[in-house]
Amino acid sequence: MASFRTPLARVRGLGSAKEGTGHFWHQRLTAVANLILLTFLIFSVIRLAGEPYEVARAYFASPFVLVPSMLLALSAAFHMRIGMQVIIEDYVHGEGRKVALIMFNLFFALVIALTSIVSLLKLSLGA
Amino acid sequence: MAKVEARPSRPLSPHLTIFRPYINMVMSILHRITGSINYFGSAILAGWLAAAASGPEALATANALLGSPIGLLALFGYSWSLIHHALGGVRHLIWDFGVGLTKPAFRFMSWATIVGSIVITALIWIVGLIKWGAL
Repeated sequence: MASFRTPLARVRGLGSAKEGTGHFWHQRLTAVANLILLTFLIFSVIRLAGEPYEVARAYFASPFVLVPSMLLALSAAFHMRIGMQVIIEDYVHGEGRKVALIMFNLFFALVIALTSIVSLLKLSLGA
Repeated sequence: MAKVEARPSRPLSPHLTIFRPYINMVMSILHRITGSINYFGSAILAGWLAAAASGPEALATANALLGSPIGLLALFGYSWSLIHHALGGVRHLIWDFGVGLTKPAFRFMSWATIVGSIVITALIWIVGLIKWGAL
């Protein structure tokens, strides 16, 4: 099929939104990270089930726990923001409502990520 | 003279209500639904971490809340949703490599997703409940 795109545009490969396959790639990148970190999360939840505060605190004090926990908070928040944006773009047709929901989507993901990270830091390093 | 409508009703292409549900379609829809559950379920994890960071009393309250029948039910649903979405994601990653793009493979992977998610979730809960002291 004939293409109306110029060879230069095709070489740059960024498409009409100038973002190229960015969303697609980030979705896959965070998906693989989440897959690894989900097994860590399941292990952690079972490890801490029914344990008192001191055990939870001691558990998160280890960098080998703190780092994957923070990575999961970041990766999951990123992944769910992109995913929910696709759902919004698919099902919400009013332009105003769509933009508002995409905004709230980012706010929600940021609140989840920051709440998790700040809590983890305080639990691990704080007094 | 016949009345001319401004917007004549045109035939629509068949949609969800027309097709008989089949396993790939159901898994595709479930992938979105579980993704949405995981989205809002993340508030449980963030909330638990915030409670833990707030001190022993707050953590005990959060644990009691999650340990209640409704809390356990919510956790169970959230955990199944996470596992199901993870397995569905693996399916998509396999397809990204151009592998498994045949009808039998579609069907097998779809069934493996739903059966696998139930089995894995059950196993996690058996281990978790033993650790928790409920079994």
